[in-house]
Amino acid sequence: MLGFTSYYFGRKKAYTIQSTNKRLTALPQFYGYYLAIWCAIPAFIIYSLWAIFEPTIVKLLILSDYANQGYLDDELNLIYEKTKALSRGQFTGEVTSLIQTSSEKYLNLRSIAQSSKVVIVLCIIIASVAYAYKRISSNNRTREPVEKFFNAVLFTASLAAILTTVGIVFSLIFQTIDFFKVIPLFDFVFGTHWYPAKAFVRDSSEALDPTMYSDTFGAVPIFAGTFFIAFIAMCVAIPIGLMSGIYLAEYASYKVRQYAKPLIEILAGIPTVVYGFFAALTVGPFLKDIGTAMGLEVSAESALAAGGVMGIMIIPFISSLSDDVITSVPQSLRDGSYAMGATKSETIKKVIFPAALPGIVGSILLGVSRAIGETMIVVMASGLAANLTLNPLESTSTITAQIVVILIGDQAFGDPKTQAAFALGMSLFIVTLCLNIVALRVVKKYREKYE
Amino acid sequence: MIKISAKNVDVFYGKKQALFNINLDIEENQVTALIGPSGCGKSTFLRCLNRMNDVIDICKVQGEIVINDFNINDKGCDVVRLREKIGMVFQKPNPFPKTLYENISYGPTIHGMAQSKQEMDEIVETSLKKAALWEEVKDRLHEPGTGLSGGQQQRLCIARAISVQPEVILMDEPCSALDPIATAQIEELIDELKKEHTIIIVTHSMAQAARVSQRTGFFHLGELIEHGSTDKIFKNPDNTKTQDYITGRFG
Repeated sequence: MLGFTSYYFGRKKAYTIQSTNKRLTALPQFYGYYLAIWCAIPAFIIYSLWAIFEPTIVKLLILSDYANQGYLDDELNLIYEKTKALSRGQFTGEVTSLIQTSSEKYLNLRSIAQSSKVVIVLCIIIASVAYAYKRISSNNRTREPVEKFFNAVLFTASLAAILTTVGIVFSLIFQTIDFFKVIPLFDFVFGTHWYPAKAFVRDSSEALDPTMYSDTFGAVPIFAGTFFIAFIAMCVAIPIGLMSGIYLAEYASYKVRQYAKPLIEILAGIPTVVYGFFAALTVGPFLKDIGTAMGLEVSAESALAAGGVMGIMIIPFISSLSDDVITSVPQSLRDGSYAMGATKSETIKKVIFPAALPGIVGSILLGVSRAIGETMIVVMASGLAANLTLNPLESTSTITAQIVVILIGDQAFGDPKTQAAFALGMSLFIVTLCLNIVALRVVKKYREKYE
Repeated sequence: MIKISAKNVDVFYGKKQALFNINLDIEENQVTALIGPSGCGKSTFLRCLNRMNDVIDICKVQGEIVINDFNINDKGCDVVRLREKIGMVFQKPNPFPKTLYENISYGPTIHGMAQSKQEMDEIVETSLKKAALWEEVKDRLHEPGTGLSGGQQQRLCIARAISVQPEVILMDEPCSALDPIATAQIEELIDELKKEHTIIIVTHSMAQAARVSQRTGFFHLGELIEHGSTDKIFKNPDNTKTQDYITGRFG
């Protein structure tokens, strides 16, 4: 609020200077921004520092009273927690005089801190605004600092995004390395038996015995399950997505396209958890009923149900991406083909589809990487037992579902079971990263061809 | 002999009328140039002749266009056959992103004109020879057509158009994206092609119209102002607007 006010003051002063026929070095708005930045930023920094350090300082002040009375650290902490609880009126135990006094002191300190905070922040605002306001004159440059400020804000935002990614990768790497110290890489990559529950049985007081984990963390079944379910999903998504994309781009009239495209994109907006229970409670039992009627053994949690619903989820990606790619094939190629006497379907098959193929492949790869990374549908609809099977009617499990299983509930850090989740996450990350890189390369190559 | 005869042709883009009551006869085995300022409707008229305006949803064509005693705006007209008979070359060279060979064989394949690989090879060779491109590309028929220079690409497009032996070739500003040397090659080619084909060319360049055509039609604001032999239009036009345009007073 104060920022806004100072913006107007700054601009007003600039206008005043302008009206006295002096040329400004920047537009009046820049003077406004300049003042607003000076008003908000120093005060904001002081306020946040204050907010961060206030509890620590208050705690030190209160506990300094008892520092030399022979209490242990734990006891001191307990006193402080009790004090805080009492001050908030949430204390339920017996109120001793010691806590009573310290609580009064606590409240006292807090109110001093509160009011001094307001006073100091206001003083800083006034001081910095006054400084900046004084500096506004016809030949003072404000455009550069303001532009630099916006530059810095935007830079910080992108830096935050990049650093987060780096942080995630590093946390994955270290945990994964720890995991492979206990479980040999070979067992993980080629083992055919995944049974992490075995690791639950271990008493935490026992020493780590790597041999007991052999035949526990063999990732083959879940990798197989992941790719199998993704394969089923793509079997559903590629034909339907591609055909609807071609229809939208080439055949649909403007009006149909106007309504159909957003409707298909609604599919992309449905939360995956909704797809999950659709798969688990509607599609799964339905398939089971059909299967039983045909005399087949069908599990209620089948790879087919999960993969099929996942495919439906991916349709909008493929259809809208391939629609975009097909639409961006130059009209001149279509004209050239039509002018040769080609029909619409000949034109699509022989000219447009080959021209758009790299882009379409890119969209399919992006769809695959989504299918592999999808979690909720699999957890809910495909079961959690890691069977090594190629029967779509049985239940299988995927990397993502296993990570969920492992990390739900209590877990101990440093335990191979927990670290297994990181190892899985790492492999998943590598697989989808490779797919994405390949997909983006392919799409980019296609773009270059026509520019 | 009259090859194409347009009678009372009106064209609408949505509610906007683009062509008003065009009546024009095109002579066989001659080059007819359509000239006029931008947006005058000459390209629109050209696209009427092989029904390329069908591709544009909002475009509506009225009137009669008679080719070989047959009105192509009739419901019974087979657009695929029509476009086999009437080829088209566009303003910007638009080879397909395929090899040179596939670019030429595209038309004959969809019209089922070759029974064997050998026949197809022959069609490709004759088409490229007629388009004066054979000598330059005979060693790289299986390289992509998009790798050629602009002028070569345009001659490739002409070769593609004549591969199905059309009776008429429509050219929509075929040289506007080319340099003077490539333009001269194409103009020479047009002169050669008129022995076997009827050619209608839309052009911005009056010099080009004067060089390549025997007959000229002048369009202005959707109307055909004047048409006749190129000599007459350029030397002694009846209409003052034509006179003004030819002498560069407007447009």
